[in-house]
Parts: sequence; structure tokens; C-alpha cells
Amino acid sequence: MIRVILPPHLRTLARSGKEVELDVAAPVTPSSVIDALEGMYPTLRGTIRDHQTKQRRPMVRFFACEQDISHDSLEAPLPEVIATGKEPFWIIGAISGG
Amino acid sequence: MSGVRVLVGTRKGAFILNSDERRKDWEITGPHFGGWEMFHLKGSPVDPNRIYASQASDWFGQTMHRSDDGGQTWQTVGSEFGYQGVPGTHQWYDGTPHPWEFKRVWHLEPSLTDPDTVYAGVEDAALFKSTDAGATWTELSGLRTHSTGNRWQPGAGGMCLHSIILDPVDPDRIFVAISAAGAFRSDDGGTTWTPVNKGLRSEYIPDEDAEVGHCVHNIAMHPSRPETLFMQKHWDVMRTDNAGDLWHEVSGNLPSDFGFPIEVHAHEPETVYVVPIKSDSEHFPPDGKLRVYRSRSGGNEWEALTNGLPQQDCYVNVLRDAMAIDSLDSCGVYFGTTGGQVYASADSGDSWAPIVRDLPAVMSVEVQTLR
Repeated sequence: MIRVILPPHLRTLARSGKEVELDVAAPVTPSSVIDALEGMYPTLRGTIRDHQTKQRRPMVRFFACEQDISHDSLEAPLPEVIATGKEPFWIIGAISGG
Repeated sequence: MSGVRVLVGTRKGAFILNSDERRKDWEITGPHFGGWEMFHLKGSPVDPNRIYASQASDWFGQTMHRSDDGGQTWQTVGSEFGYQGVPGTHQWYDGTPHPWEFKRVWHLEPSLTDPDTVYAGVEDAALFKSTDAGATWTELSGLRTHSTGNRWQPGAGGMCLHSIILDPVDPDRIFVAISAAGAFRSDDGGTTWTPVNKGLRSEYIPDEDAEVGHCVHNIAMHPSRPETLFMQKHWDVMRTDNAGDLWHEVSGNLPSDFGFPIEVHAHEPETVYVVPIKSDSEHFPPDGKLRVYRSRSGGNEWEALTNGLPQQDCYVNVLRDAMAIDSLDSCGVYFGTTGGQVYASADSGDSWAPIVRDLPAVMSVEVQTLR
């Protein structure tokens, strides 16, 4: 079970709480986590990754084990503690006003 | 009993304002989608319970929503707006080529005949259509790929397609307006397009006969006169009586002919409303007085409507989609401000009262007449 922390705006859209739990088949990567997230919450499609390019939106950031992994490959395996659900995968909206 | 439902999009959510035909006492619901920028909401003229909403975010992109129960509940629909083919470039502010990039939906225009069909005007400028109630969107690419497309440029608010008018008589005729490209007309349901900007003069375009490049802010039509359009341009209020083939200026005695919205009275096709704004850098009413101007002669002669509106120290703006007209026997006029007020007049503008005073900045106002 993968734990994902959503930013407040996406919780509104998904009608979810702060943390959601997902089943994700190995290998667990940012891509596979977001695929599973969008599968469970279709309203989030296109909000984290661009519809066309599938790239992370510029004002969205990913954190794992308190480290910013936003600029790592979306296909890079996430740490074991994320894959086993001991630590959550964080999706954060960049702080830039609004 | 008849009544009205006012749909208000703001920087931080949507609000729905309901009243009976007296339009005196209001029930307010919201915020819907609290925290999100709600660019535009508009109801189907065929099925008033069907409302489409555009929700945009610099962080999380574009999402689209639909209500089938008059705004009580919402479902998220499709938000994939893909340009057809290789999008190419338009002009950037400095005249250099810039790639076409989808940013947001500015305006939604539901079909006059089918509640499942809706048009979307987007930034960077293009027109999309859905025939499945918003589930999927297809670009009507003949507009963006018009031979002038590489000369279109963004206005201060971005290169947006903000106005869509569906001809109530000829189902194949559509008008759109783009800032800053101009007005365009299709006579084949959106497949091909013609720029309709003759007669427009824009200070920032040295070529007096420029086919495109004009910063049109809003256009309006009375359904009984589909050949007559009124336009609020960056500067100048304009009128055409031949479906855009030639425009002439009708600014007349306005204190400023800069502004954003323009509307036509529901029952009087020669009665037009604008909200003069001081200038393109001073986006507030002249002299700190919030005045709607009404012409009963199709332009040129304008009267200030002030009863119930602040007449001192008022420095709000009224954005291009933030004015609407209902079609009750005594025509109602509504507008919202960047200061969060939504004003209503139940007597064609003779007197005004705020419905609400303290919403987030208002992006758009639409009204549904419920019978």
C-alpha cells in the first residue's frame, strides 16, 4: 500500500482527505504512483502531469523521505520506505502566491 | 413562478445567487470549488439545470465541471484540450514567434439547441467543441490555422478567445473574438473563418487597414438582429450592421471609450450597456464613479446610470465576461467587480443594488432566466 499526501486544492477536486492510499504494482515510481492515483481519482487527470506531454506541471513538486525529487526521472524507483508504505509520497503545490 | 439564477465566477471559487422575478431578495450558495479560480460558468439555454464551469489554476492546470441539477452538485468532465496537428507559432509581445501553448478556458458557450453541445474559447486562442456534455473536446482548428494566425498576439491578459456568439437564425454562423487578433466569423459551423475587422482602428497598429491584431474586449448581439453586433474594443465602442463586414464607431459622449464588457437589452435591440474604464493603464472608473452607460439609440448617445452605484472613491474594474442580462419582462442587468461586488438592476439599469459586496474578485457573471 502506497500512501500519498495531496495538496489542499487537489483534495478539494478529489473530494478526499489529506492522505490517500493506493495499490501500486512494482516497480513503484512517481509515474506508477500517479497512474494509480489518477485511476482511483479520475478528476485528478491532467492536474499533476500535463495531459499531452505527461510531464510534471512546473508548479508541482514531489518529495520522498523529505527530499525534493521533482527533477528526478518519473520512472526512477522510489525508496523502499515509500514502496512499503512506511513513509508517504508527497505531492506539493509550489509556494508562489495565489 | 419565474426567477433568475446568477452564476458568478471568482478568483477563489464560484457562487450561485438565486432570486424570484422581483430580484430583491437573494439566496446565495458557495463557494463552489473554494480556492480555485473559476473563469466562467454558463447554463444551457435548452436545459437550465445543465451548467458548465471552467476551473483554472496556474498550479494544476485546467479542469472542467458540469452540473445537471442547477449547480447543486457537480461532476468533473474532460479537460484535455489538444490542438490539432503541430500548433506552430503566433507573435509574442515583442513581435517574435512564440509557440502556441494551451493555458486555460476563458469562455463557455452552450449550444442554443442541444444541451450536450458546448463551445469553449481558450488561451492560447482557439475554439473547441464538445458534443458529449464536456466529456471530450475537439478543436475547430480552421480558426487557429487561419493564414493570419502567426500574426496574432497576446493582450495584457494573454492571447485569449473570450467571446463566442452563436447565431440564433443561422445555425452555421458563429462569431468569436480574440485579444489581440480581432473578431472572426464562420458561416460553415466553425470549419472555416474570416476575419471581420474592417473599420476598426487601433492606436498601437500603425497599419490602419490591418486585418488582424486588434484588441477586441467583448462583442454582443441581440438575437432578433443577428446582423448587428456591438463591440467594446480596447479603446472604442463599435457597431456593425452587416455581420462584421464593416464596423463604425459609436462611442459618442462616453467619458471614456475604454472598457471591457458590452451587453444588449433583452427586449430592446438598440439599447446597449457598457462600463467605461479610465484607460488601459488605469483600470478603474473615471473620477472614482462607478457608472454603467446605456444607449437607447444603438450607440453614440449615452446616459450614465448611477442610482445605487458608488459615486465616489470607487476604483474597481469590471471584466469582460462580468456583465449579463436576463430576459424577464422588466429586463435585469447584472455585473460583478474586481472588488467582489455583484450589482443587479431589475429595471433595465435605472436603479441598482448590490446582491453581495464582499466576494473574491469577480471574473465572470452570467444569468439564467428561469420560468
